[in-house]
Amino acid sequence: MKKIKLTITVNGKKHTLRIAPNLRLLDLLRDELRLTGTKEGCGIGECGACTVILDGKAVNSCLVLAGRCDGSEIITIEGLARDGALHPLQQSFIDHGAVQCGFCTPGMILSAKALLDENQRPTEKDIRVAIAGNLCRCTGYKQIVQAIQTVADREKTP
Amino acid sequence: MDPVTSTIGKSLPRVDAREKVKGTAMYAGDIYMDGMLFARVKRAEHPHARITSINTSKARRLKGVAAVATAKDIPGEKTFGAVIQDNKPIADDKVRYLGDAVAIVAAESEAIAEKAVSLIDVGYEVLPAVFDPREALKPGAPEIHEGGNLIAHHMTRKGDVEAGFNESDIIIKRSYTTQMVEHSYIEPECVVAYFQPDGTLVVKGSHQNIYSIRSAVSRFMGLPLSKVRIIQACLGGSFGGKDDCMSVLGCRAGLLSLLTGRPVKLTNSREDSIIESYKRHPYFLKYKVGVKKDGTIMAMEIEMTADGGAYACQTPFVTWRSVVHATGPYRVANVKTDVYGAYTNNTYTGAFRGFGSPQITFAYESLMDEIAGELGIDPLDLRLSNALRDGDITATGQELDHTVSVSEALKVTTEAAAWNEKRSSFPENNASRTKKRGIGLACSYRGVALGAEGVDATGAIVRVHSDGSVDISTGLVEMGQGLKTVFSQIAAGELGVPIERIHYLETDTSTITDGGPTVASRSTIMGGAAVRKAAIGVREKLFRAAAEKLGASPQDLAAADERIFVRNDPDKAIGFLDAVTLALDGGMHLSSFAWHNSPPIWWSEKEGRGAAYFTYVYGCQVAEVEVDIETGKVDVIHVWAAHDVGKALNPDAVNGQIYGGVAMGIGYAILEEVELVDGVTKTVNLDEYLIPTAMDVGMMDAFILENEDRCGPYGAKCIAEPTAELCGGAIANAIFHATGKRLRELPINLERVVLGHKLVKKKRRVR
Ligand code: FES
Ligand code: FES
Repeated sequence: MKKIKLTITVNGKKHTLRIAPNLRLLDLLRDELRLTGTKEGCGIGECGACTVILDGKAVNSCLVLAGRCDGSEIITIEGLARDGALHPLQQSFIDHGAVQCGFCTPGMILSAKALLDENQRPTEKDIRVAIAGNLCRCTGYKQIVQAIQTVADREKTP
Repeated sequence: MDPVTSTIGKSLPRVDAREKVKGTAMYAGDIYMDGMLFARVKRAEHPHARITSINTSKARRLKGVAAVATAKDIPGEKTFGAVIQDNKPIADDKVRYLGDAVAIVAAESEAIAEKAVSLIDVGYEVLPAVFDPREALKPGAPEIHEGGNLIAHHMTRKGDVEAGFNESDIIIKRSYTTQMVEHSYIEPECVVAYFQPDGTLVVKGSHQNIYSIRSAVSRFMGLPLSKVRIIQACLGGSFGGKDDCMSVLGCRAGLLSLLTGRPVKLTNSREDSIIESYKRHPYFLKYKVGVKKDGTIMAMEIEMTADGGAYACQTPFVTWRSVVHATGPYRVANVKTDVYGAYTNNTYTGAFRGFGSPQITFAYESLMDEIAGELGIDPLDLRLSNALRDGDITATGQELDHTVSVSEALKVTTEAAAWNEKRSSFPENNASRTKKRGIGLACSYRGVALGAEGVDATGAIVRVHSDGSVDISTGLVEMGQGLKTVFSQIAAGELGVPIERIHYLETDTSTITDGGPTVASRSTIMGGAAVRKAAIGVREKLFRAAAEKLGASPQDLAAADERIFVRNDPDKAIGFLDAVTLALDGGMHLSSFAWHNSPPIWWSEKEGRGAAYFTYVYGCQVAEVEVDIETGKVDVIHVWAAHDVGKALNPDAVNGQIYGGVAMGIGYAILEEVELVDGVTKTVNLDEYLIPTAMDVGMMDAFILENEDRCGPYGAKCIAEPTAELCGGAIANAIFHATGKRLRELPINLERVVLGHKLVKKKRRVR
């Protein structure tokens, strides 16, 4: 298969790569860039473990062809902490016991971030809708919803 | 501060959360090694067939293929198994279900390996198959393994059931069935196998039970146990599910690594995982119960058959747990229970959070409501009047010598849920509505740890280093439940140091002796006790070193806040680190290994009785539902869950277990089913196999009950499993309350009843 050229910014860093046209964004991140915080749980867009933020929107990277992302900006879980300081959502997940096995956590946090970037005053329902595409088998979601709500509440009070 | 209270009972944040929220935690799939090959599996094409030929030549010739292996290449034994050695990582003579492997391939990429698999030709002689365990036990049924299809039969016998029925005012007979369900850990199974230069085979993977996997791999590879090293990668959920199927993956990847001399990664896709990995047993349950008009249960006669699928796996133990608990947490003078486990050509079944209890709890708690209905007694009152109390004798003849808190759990949850009010107001309000509310409950008792299933013992090592840092190792594994955190809390508490000093070592069979499996909710009570003993062992050495300096005797010392001090004169103290230095300079070693054995228990298979478990936990869940009788949709509005954990060492972690277990129970009650048609899995990915999303679980309230138990560290017992066994019954009962329809089959697809056919599953994805 003929390779195609791709320029992509991941977590603020620009990469120019030659890739197979059928490469999924998920594989580009994991296999090529070794950003393994993005997980694969189903490969068909159902579990959300592969969620990343593509040009501001949360997407399932297992459903996106890498070749379509030329010129795009991507944020993965590895891009959230700044200079060793955790992102408020990351800290809140720890504080609320919202992490068990952790396999859903990166995708969950990125879906939450995409929500809060767009809607600073989400209701509980908004939060549940925003993470409805992120399956978690461990937590029953309650502490995850609380973790996200707490960050939202903190950010909206001036 | 008392050393113990400084960390025990505190909701300290998880010690492994930071790497998980940062995305840097290393799960098995995140391991990449130089020269690593990728493996794929050629699966059976019939649920039951004799293999007549395998042609791999085309696959071998494909560019990029490094090895193709069949059963002929196995260096050691072809089988493994916890109880019965019948599981085959690569089938040789026959295939017994569609998840069986016939051949395996290692190649430079997954795509090449996949292509090679499609080039393998297998010839079969198709054999008659059987898919219903009750049929499988009839004479003349197709034999799946030599010696017949019965995997296990257990019984309990107490009193005289005929006499009990004769004294009863009414007799009720009911049948219930439960479905096959999938663990659905979000991380599918994965291993990476490679050889160390000294010839040791290393298998890193998403392992739940490193020692059972080591036994299987050693047997299969013909290597001594000492030359097989199983390392657990960060585990993306397990719930009982990553045991035998990880042995299978480990054997296959190990063999391919042997044949190629290179590291081999074998990752199951979600489809592979659902088709191949073992499941929770479907049960067929028949209950006959005799009761007095006042609700007193006089006798129970129970017969159930579990579908074991193609391999025995944990069926002998799962069915044993069912036989012990079959009557539920009630005083029943006369009991006769028989449980059978049978081979079929379905996907095999094994350990799954609950382990033979979600099935029976659904049945006996539905039955209790049916009895209450017949007698016109409130379901809560019926339970309270029959519930086990302190000192009572269980169905297996065991006297309960601890605090029996089933009534407490019933009261706490029903009060919080406003049970009495809702039981009467809902039916009135429902009359004019199409969305009907209902409230129902279920309670249970549950034997803690392995019970008389087998030897129950485990070990821990605690080491203090010269800089005052501490590491712990045990053979028990973190799988998300919070074991690393709780064990670190125990060690920190006993040594009087902050939890940050404690490091929990990677779980590796080469670091510590076999401490049994991380199952049966045994970690806290067994492993926690071992960690505590080991930490105390090290602390005693520090006290000896400090005593001289402080002019006191070691027995008078205590440790807290990084100080060692005289208990009655706390100003007389030295720093923790100084004590460490003193001890090391004095030639002591600051490490301690401790072993913890469970208190004695026994079981007689022949008589069907015994003291099955050394202690029990009790719980109750109340569910409120809303049923749309036009669409059949069931919304779980609210679940109240009370669980006696003995003592909550980390309340937040306990709550997390409760919420997660409730969500799993909701899925079991109304959503989940692995649909098998003639052995073919129809629900192969998460678009068809539906687990609860954040929209499917309603409100949840957890109530932690604490009745400290003499058997556990600090009085702690367990939590993980009981949380997942109650929602089936509670929701079924709530649906009955809402609609008047008694559904005796899980999952409750109300659409069948309401519309007369099954609704097409809709896509749930929001985005
Ligand atoms: S792996 Fe992409 S949604 Fe599951
Ligand atoms: S924490 Fe395990 S899947 Fe969410």
